[in-house]
Amino acid sequence: MHTFVPFWYIVIAILWTGFFILEGFDFGVGMLHSVVGRDDAERRAAINTIGPLWDGNEVWLIVAAAAMFAAFPGWYATMFSGMYLALALLLAALIIRGVAFEYRGKRDAADWRRTWDVALTTGSVLAPLLIGIALGDLLHGLPINSSQNFTGSFWDLLQPYALWTGITLVLVCALHGATFLSLKTTGEMHERSRVLARRIAPFTGAFVIGFIIWTHVTASTTFFLNVIELLAILAVIAAVWLVYARRDGFAFTATAVTIAACILSIFVDLYPNVMVSSTNPAYNLTVHNTASSPYSLKAMTIVVVVFLPLVLLYQAWTYYVFRKRVSASDFRPPAPPPRVAPEPEPRPTAPPVRPGS
Amino acid sequence: MNVDLARIQFAFTSINHFFFVPVTIGLAFLTALLQTAWYRSKIDAYLRLTRFFGTLLVINVAIGVVTGLVQEFQFGMNWGAYSRLVGNIFGAPLAMEGLAAFFLESTFLGLWLFGWDKLPKRVHLLTIWAVALGSALSAMFILAANSWMQHPVGYVMVNGKPQLTDIIAVFTNPVFIWGYAKVLVVALTTGCMVMLAVSAWQLRHGGDRPVFTRSAKMAIIVLIPAILLTLLIGDELGVVEGKYQPMKIAAAEAQWTTCQPCSFSLFQIGGGNNDQTPTEIIAVPHLLSLLATNHWNGKVEGLTPLQQQYSKQYGPGNYVPNVFIQYWGMRAMAYLGALTLLISLWGLWAIWRKTLAVSRVFLWVATWAAVLPFVMNTAGWFLTESGRQPWIVQGIMLTKNGISPTVSVTWLWISLIGFIVLYGTLGTVDLILMLRYSREQLPHPREQVDADLPLPAVQY
Repeated sequence: MHTFVPFWYIVIAILWTGFFILEGFDFGVGMLHSVVGRDDAERRAAINTIGPLWDGNEVWLIVAAAAMFAAFPGWYATMFSGMYLALALLLAALIIRGVAFEYRGKRDAADWRRTWDVALTTGSVLAPLLIGIALGDLLHGLPINSSQNFTGSFWDLLQPYALWTGITLVLVCALHGATFLSLKTTGEMHERSRVLARRIAPFTGAFVIGFIIWTHVTASTTFFLNVIELLAILAVIAAVWLVYARRDGFAFTATAVTIAACILSIFVDLYPNVMVSSTNPAYNLTVHNTASSPYSLKAMTIVVVVFLPLVLLYQAWTYYVFRKRVSASDFRPPAPPPRVAPEPEPRPTAPPVRPGS
Repeated sequence: MNVDLARIQFAFTSINHFFFVPVTIGLAFLTALLQTAWYRSKIDAYLRLTRFFGTLLVINVAIGVVTGLVQEFQFGMNWGAYSRLVGNIFGAPLAMEGLAAFFLESTFLGLWLFGWDKLPKRVHLLTIWAVALGSALSAMFILAANSWMQHPVGYVMVNGKPQLTDIIAVFTNPVFIWGYAKVLVVALTTGCMVMLAVSAWQLRHGGDRPVFTRSAKMAIIVLIPAILLTLLIGDELGVVEGKYQPMKIAAAEAQWTTCQPCSFSLFQIGGGNNDQTPTEIIAVPHLLSLLATNHWNGKVEGLTPLQQQYSKQYGPGNYVPNVFIQYWGMRAMAYLGALTLLISLWGLWAIWRKTLAVSRVFLWVATWAAVLPFVMNTAGWFLTESGRQPWIVQGIMLTKNGISPTVSVTWLWISLIGFIVLYGTLGTVDLILMLRYSREQLPHPREQVDADLPLPAVQY
């Protein structure tokens, strides 16, 4: 067996994990921005916590999919043609969500902004739900025939385990977003984010634990959980505890670890399969029967080894540049001329509430 | 039925995607140029123009990015058999594209947009150049992949499957080198035409005259070499493609019989795959020979002998692309390109006569000329992609064999209608916003005392 084959499986697992750690809180902020933000200024503040970041984060998904295409064409072809309608819906969700960021602030009209708020929330819930369903289906199995083609219908995708995976990811992203907002906002929004995190945390904890046990039962023959599965459970328990202990920074770290461990569990338990066939285990797609030629994998290995560290470096720098908290007062019309350091002080006069918000 | 729907979907989504791509590449470069001019000269007008055109750039990037995602997913969704067969070659540039170009473009766009008040001026200037570089690079990788479909290189056939043996060959493919050069100058042309049109509209409607005269001038000065190169490189690309895809060029002239020397008809009445003797209007002698081979007396193989040769080589079948699309795609592209050149020269004349800001006729024409590059680009893609038919990869796989075998007609209809509705809505919104922001006043000039304070970031 060629060493590049497992290496590329690992690269793809890392890309998906990176995508969910980063875009996970973007999804969360998208879901929660209307709840954390009570008026337009606060909503804009919430959106602008991820403003400079979300686009770069979404590229992780593009690269993950392209890496599957290049390294495991058979996997890419079967998965994308088999999950056709789900992926078409995912694309629609990602499109309206991406456009919502850009267009929401471009017109100062309540209806306009309300529309894009709804688009942003819907897209942000649908995207992790659908990706979760897709990843769950990989592991739990779909009707696939001997020539690696999906033979089921759309409804076959919506099996209980896959739905559970999808909902788990939505909840993890929501919690991840809430802890991110706690870190990045000030004043009332900061408090509201913390309250929200406390409300979401128990559900996230329950679903993650259920997800890990279900995953283990589905894919593993051993009794004991493996290290990654164990890590996911410990991380989510830690996250719940830290959220209640009001340790924003640690709570965010814990949700990041939770999300990473959940995604990695799927990939660890899946290997060496990449798509399980519920028709016949002999028809399973594996890293070997779907992989590219060794030469292609080698060429891409050089590229990934050079560029991925570079990407991590400049993305980390971006996070450093935009490390400051975002304040709703930055977005209120009569902004006071000198912009002092953030001081979570109640404003003397209530700002005019926009109609429709 | 399936293959038709899949093709319509791909054509529809990629034509739409390519409305935004050249604007992004072109405007990113022009915005970087404006900001550099401001950085070096400290003239406030350049800063105001940077902010103004930067906003237009951002409105476009958003849709460019999300419609690009659709392109990437579609290979697997609709063209599963194709992806399975050639993924190890076609997928590699796509993966590299993400790693080397998309990350660069999108991360630095965020930095540029939100970093006005957070980064030192010099570093901030570098971020917009990184965006311009990233957007130009992303076109490179996808063009390498596309050129491989037009003229496959660097592979061997193993058990009927092409396997990559030489990635360097993929990136030195002559079709790729000329095709990529063409896309770059086309993008620049498109960006310049948009910038010129916006400036012209502003000059006609009482926008700040000295400031928009600057941007109009800059657009014209970059436009002239860009459109000249577009025409020259386009001509050379025709020769290169003619060499590897003779059907494409023969169909572009509706040339059924082999000719030497060959004339070029300016128009024809009738024509198409079922009418081999259309009435040609004004045939220019030797022109087709020149265009297709670079030689005064060059020989162009006719469609009929090519069809016979292909049938012998690949088995029975129809190997002639849609002649009507080829013929008119070629002409729309060439004529609109020539028209664009004339407009740019007119602009140069107006600059020289110092009447650019007041010549109402020119400004009116320049405003409406914004439509030209988009029609021209679309015609060009029709010519390239329809001319490859019936192949999905020239000589290796037929388009009808490339589709996903288990995707049903119902699924295709649902997604096709969904995309049409979605793109229609977003395209309209984008157009409204573009028009609206093109007609906005410039950002205010900064007071002398403020000149050293950080600039406010652009925010959502």
